[in-house]
Amino acid sequence: MALLQVDHINVFYGAIHAIKDVSFHVDEGEVVTLIGANGAGKSTTLKTISGLLHAKSGKITFEDKDLKGMPAHSVVSHGIAQVPEGRRVFLRMTVEENLEMGAYTQPRASIQTAMKDVFQRFPRLEERRSQIAGTLSGGEQQMLAMGRALMSHPKLLMLDEPSMGLAPLLVEQIFDIVRELHRAGTTILLVEQNARAALSVADRGYVLETGRIVTSGTGQELLASDVIKKAYLGG
Amino acid sequence: MDWLSLAFSQIVNGLQAGSVYALVALGYSMVYGIILLLNFAHGDIIMVGAYTAFYAMTAFHLHPVVSVVLAVLVSTALGVFVEKVAYTPLRSAPRLSLLITAIGISFLLENGAQLLFGADTKSMDPMVRGGIRLGTTTVSFAAIITIIVSVIAMAALSLLVRRTKLGKAMRAVSEDMGAAQLMGISLNKTISFTFAVGSALAGIGSVLYLCAYPQASPTMGSMLGLKAFVAAVLGGIGSIPGAMLGGFAIGLLEAIVSAVGLSEWKDGVVFAVLIVVLLVKPTGILGKKITEKV
Repeated sequence: MALLQVDHINVFYGAIHAIKDVSFHVDEGEVVTLIGANGAGKSTTLKTISGLLHAKSGKITFEDKDLKGMPAHSVVSHGIAQVPEGRRVFLRMTVEENLEMGAYTQPRASIQTAMKDVFQRFPRLEERRSQIAGTLSGGEQQMLAMGRALMSHPKLLMLDEPSMGLAPLLVEQIFDIVRELHRAGTTILLVEQNARAALSVADRGYVLETGRIVTSGTGQELLASDVIKKAYLGG
Repeated sequence: MDWLSLAFSQIVNGLQAGSVYALVALGYSMVYGIILLLNFAHGDIIMVGAYTAFYAMTAFHLHPVVSVVLAVLVSTALGVFVEKVAYTPLRSAPRLSLLITAIGISFLLENGAQLLFGADTKSMDPMVRGGIRLGTTTVSFAAIITIIVSVIAMAALSLLVRRTKLGKAMRAVSEDMGAAQLMGISLNKTISFTFAVGSALAGIGSVLYLCAYPQASPTMGSMLGLKAFVAAVLGGIGSIPGAMLGGFAIGLLEAIVSAVGLSEWKDGVVFAVLIVVLLVKPTGILGKKITEKV
């Protein structure tokens, strides 16, 4: 039984058919990546799972629960956290307040321990706990966005372009964190334009092209495939 | 009266009027901060609050404190009701539709009040009499109460917004609605809460206004509301400290204009300030843009 099962979903932006009959699954403990060019529908897929967008048809099941039509704020309490594209930390709030917001659905008593865990993983955030998030560097903001999502102890962590706009050294650091989270048993659905890096950390991957899944396989298989190499890995 | 005591009494007058402007401006600013709506019906909430207090005291002879509580409760309920009935269905509509709806609600409330209570101005005995003599000037108890109550209300608001879970959720929603939802924050609840707080402050403002001018009329909220709106823009719309600062600034400005003998120019000067702010610094004194970092 898959943790997350997406069955034949179709999503529209007004008249634009953005996601066409997309199906995939994520098993517990897996890192699964969706790769594809800009505009292929990767982020749209994540937003549909997290409830920011709604599918016109198809089914999304998470632990036997039907997520279709559920508002975004309820999806979180079922154990799905999303790190949105562009980080979207609350720039006018402090690091600590951002983390508190991540635990919005959690009982008050658990916040301190969750925050301790996040600080252990991201010591930089502890140093800056009372700083306004807008004053953090891009890499620190990405860490904050990830830490904030981890505050709700998600069963599924969805990362949308975590490496976007970061310097190469920081990109490596972010993928190291993904590996660490994987080792610790976190289930991750990762959306990336940086296909090589994504496939190298992923157990399995799906390739999206203009709203459709065109190929899938293990991370190693996709890395080795000629078609993928040509289209997404720069030859 | 020497010029020093004149200046002092004008400053007190300015702070008294400014307190009311600040309380009302907060409602404008908070609502704008969260759903980018200039809620032009906000001024009329004050009018309803004032009528509530007026009738509670004159027709039902309730204790002033009970009447005040009643006025605040009615204002709060009305603010949330208007939000639910008129604004929530337009959540994904263009912002202009929302603005036009707000203006429509304003007309509805003003004309509804005229129908219910009549078009004439209803006057009552002053709620608070007397004052304290300080040298050659007298500071009225009304002014003292107004300034103290509004400062307490603003301090309470600051605590609410900075320390409580709902207050933090309000800030999160006002900064990024999408990200806030991903945290598990319910937009509907948070927005209703914002309207409730803003309208409660307007309710307090309406009673303080009655302390200064013991009368109610269907259109009393429109000029007061507009000036409070100017105060919110001056301070930086969307900013809570900005609304407080803007309110007091407008109150003091009016007092200064009156003190130099140009009291008939008072309203004109306030709106001239709006024009200047929009030309020179549209983000207001404390409003700021935060740029994204890479």
